[in-house]
Amino acid sequence: MSRGVRSGLFLVSAAGLTALLLWAVADLPDFGHYRGPYGKVLNSVAVGERHTTNVVAAVVFDYRGVDTMGEEFILFASVMGVALLLRNPHRERRQVPVRIQSDAVRLAGIGFAAGLLVLGLYVVAHGYLTPGGGFQGGVVLASAFVLVYLAGDYHAYRSMSPTPAIDVLGATGAGGYTVVGIVSLLLGSAFLHNFGPLGTTGKLASGGSIPFLNVASALEVSAAFVLLFSEFLDELVVRPKARSE
Amino acid sequence: MSYLPYALAVWIFAVGLYGVVRSRNLVHLVVCLSVAQSSTYVLLLSIGYVNRGTAPIFADVPKGTRAVDPVVQALTLTDVVVSVTVAALLLALAIQAQRHADTTDPDELSEMHG
Amino acid sequence: MVLVPLVVAIPLVAAAALTAMGQFLGRRVDDLTGIAAAVATTVVSTMLLLRSLDHDLVYWFGGWTPRHGIALGIAFDVEPLSAGIAALAGALMTASFVFAWRYFDEVGTLFHVLMLVFLAAMNGFALSGDLFNMFVFFELMSVCAFALVGYAIEQRAPLQGAINFAVTNTVGALLLLFGIALVYGRTGALNLAQIGRALDGRPPDGLLVVAFALLLTGFLVKAGAVPFHFWLSDAYAAAPIPVCVVLSGVMSDLGLHAVARIYWPSFSGVFAADAGSLRAILVGSGVLTALVGGTMAFFQRDLKRLLAFVTIGHVGIFLAGIGLLTARALGGTTLYVLADGFVKGGLFLAVGILLRRARDGDELRLRGQGGVAPMAGVAFLLGGLGLAGLPPFGTFPGSALIIRSAGDVGYGWLPPLLAAGIFLGLGDTDDPSLSHEPPAAEEEPAHVPGRVSPPLLFGPALALMVVGLGLAFTPGLAGRATQWAQRFEDRPAHTAELLRGVAPRPAGTPAFHPGAAPYVYGAISTVGAVGFAFFGLYRRRLPALLRRVPGRLTAGPAAQLKALHSGVVGDYVAWLTFGAAALGGLLALTVR
Repeated sequence: MSRGVRSGLFLVSAAGLTALLLWAVADLPDFGHYRGPYGKVLNSVAVGERHTTNVVAAVVFDYRGVDTMGEEFILFASVMGVALLLRNPHRERRQVPVRIQSDAVRLAGIGFAAGLLVLGLYVVAHGYLTPGGGFQGGVVLASAFVLVYLAGDYHAYRSMSPTPAIDVLGATGAGGYTVVGIVSLLLGSAFLHNFGPLGTTGKLASGGSIPFLNVASALEVSAAFVLLFSEFLDELVVRPKARSE
Repeated sequence: MSYLPYALAVWIFAVGLYGVVRSRNLVHLVVCLSVAQSSTYVLLLSIGYVNRGTAPIFADVPKGTRAVDPVVQALTLTDVVVSVTVAALLLALAIQAQRHADTTDPDELSEMHG
Repeated sequence: MVLVPLVVAIPLVAAAALTAMGQFLGRRVDDLTGIAAAVATTVVSTMLLLRSLDHDLVYWFGGWTPRHGIALGIAFDVEPLSAGIAALAGALMTASFVFAWRYFDEVGTLFHVLMLVFLAAMNGFALSGDLFNMFVFFELMSVCAFALVGYAIEQRAPLQGAINFAVTNTVGALLLLFGIALVYGRTGALNLAQIGRALDGRPPDGLLVVAFALLLTGFLVKAGAVPFHFWLSDAYAAAPIPVCVVLSGVMSDLGLHAVARIYWPSFSGVFAADAGSLRAILVGSGVLTALVGGTMAFFQRDLKRLLAFVTIGHVGIFLAGIGLLTARALGGTTLYVLADGFVKGGLFLAVGILLRRARDGDELRLRGQGGVAPMAGVAFLLGGLGLAGLPPFGTFPGSALIIRSAGDVGYGWLPPLLAAGIFLGLGDTDDPSLSHEPPAAEEEPAHVPGRVSPPLLFGPALALMVVGLGLAFTPGLAGRATQWAQRFEDRPAHTAELLRGVAPRPAGTPAFHPGAAPYVYGAISTVGAVGFAFFGLYRRRLPALLRRVPGRLTAGPAAQLKALHSGVVGDYVAWLTFGAAALGGLLALTVR
């Protein structure tokens, strides 16, 4: 189809689809007047049952923990997929010149990277108490590595994030999540059933197995994003050997 | 006006989809797809909103306080991760398209047809 | 009961372990780990199948059983139809791993890891009883499949296939998520049984009609029904053979199974009064898909693209079967899916054998090369006959149930159309006067797969064929399948069991006597397929008149149909939008 015909087909269809969608959302409860039972029940029982103050974290890691396991593996699979798609056996590693930035940039970079690392660890550790969690903190941790590349250079970044080691870390995170579930099976309860002492609400030692799952997902997410960044970065700095030679 | 957030989600979706259909560059296509995906975040979060409700985090507020729906927030979290992963894969494909097919125009990638 | 999470946990742990330790173990150990994990998962799935024969297994993750009828956690609802499909996935994955021995050495563990995660996702998708959980596993399946299809990334065809696959399926997933959000907004529930109970009692309004249309669209995009099917032919033609086996054998069918899985527990109550129009829409889409798939298959010369269109044709048949909305048809369709999955897997492996031996996927050039791999030729013949529905093998009990059910609900005109779709698709050849494109370019990667011993190469293909064709001989299968489907469709009992733990009374097993009609249709489709095959291969020897007239009649429409499959992703998404709007519009007009 020519682009014109395609646009015509699309515009007509999209008009119809948009009309249908608007018709549908008109029947939703008014904005702000949501009354659904699922969320209300969880808001009222989660803190008492799991001693975590962040109900979203309780939902993510406990009530709907299988969804999170799937989501972790989606990230894991996409990293493997990107590695598969961007592989280049004919790759010739170009000598990447060492780039020395000005002292100000490097100092600022070190300062901020360290700060980001601490912030990331804080967000991960307190994920089930205050806003945050494995995913959010994992991304912040990964950004600390990216900052090393920005403020330093490719070699500094590479020496801090060797692919095999980060691969293993990511696999440990993803596999670790599943293993926690299997531990529950071995303890005689359902898969991903919470185990361990529930501790005191509001303290770091609470939530049973939620902290373990939290850490596993943080490990996996940070490793995944660092690997993704490495893969795409390699495309820029490594020149593939020309195939016609 | 209480349906405006939902209508906004529909509009964002339509705009993103239009970009995907008319795109001439794979990277642009990925961005448009992300725009379309963000419409689902808006929809989910708007559905869960409760008037004068706070975040479902009871660290500083007493336990019975009115809070928004936590389930849609968990759903949106998953949704965001899914969008990121698809974008990563498509961008990898875009890079390979430039390298091996010398083009990033989706209209030109029609080796198999008929 | 502890087995239920294992069908998902085993492949995932194996994949993580392979990633962490694969670089330290040898390549052969990696291959063996993959096979072992796939076999273990298949065994567990089969055990689940056997344990769920009499009553569903409901497994609540995290121990979150429902409270006062509100589901707090995520449930897996294991019953024979879904467990059967999970077992099919495991078996196809095992065969694929055995066939892929030493095939993907250059990528280390990446192939095995992605395939194992793919298997876990398919199992989870088939067994899940929670709407958003289904979406998560749906996306997991998709992400693995996108990467696997683009394996031979240096060539343009896999690049195109992967991009088209990824973009169209992501748009489909978006629509799916929109639908899920709407349903959640209305019912406040994500558990399928709870949604059904929350929707009870009131007639469907705009939101429900559109939400169901969106959910349907999302799953039909994955399944490859018309007009959402364009990506399928590109992706399946470009993917490496071991991946095609799994994609074609089970992933497309999972999309349709999902339609049944959300319809019966959640929407059958709300749409009960409109079942007739729903039936018409689904069956109509099914017939359209079967005919388009069959017709396009007729004009293909590349074997993998041909099998892709045959897959589309069969998706149409399954959609029509499920769309009849009766227990018999659902049971029959699932049986058909199982047998068909095995046979198609075997066929793809046979193509793979030819490619590994002869390096050519163009069937006209392959003519006369049967000597290269005579066992592959046998596999092709068996596969073709099996797909054509030769009674009493393979797909026969399934199609018999569908045919009888069609008669029961007044859709007597359906079986002939489906038979036409079958034999059109299988008269595999091309009309040279219609095609202008050069023969398919080399489609397997330039790397040389390692040498394998013949048993590893031929074993999986023949094993799959034998299982697929022999499935029909399980005693009492047709009757049991109907009974399982009745259990599947019994919404009140299902809800009681899921939300209140009340086990239903076991029902009696209806006996099933196919009668004459299915045999007649089976014979027609087989004879028709063989006839078309001979017609295609030997058309040059026909008298000129017989050749020219049909050629001129079909040239115009056929060329139009082929031109629509342009390979450009923008066109595909435009058609997707059109299909979604059409489906929604049709439902809106007929339901009320």
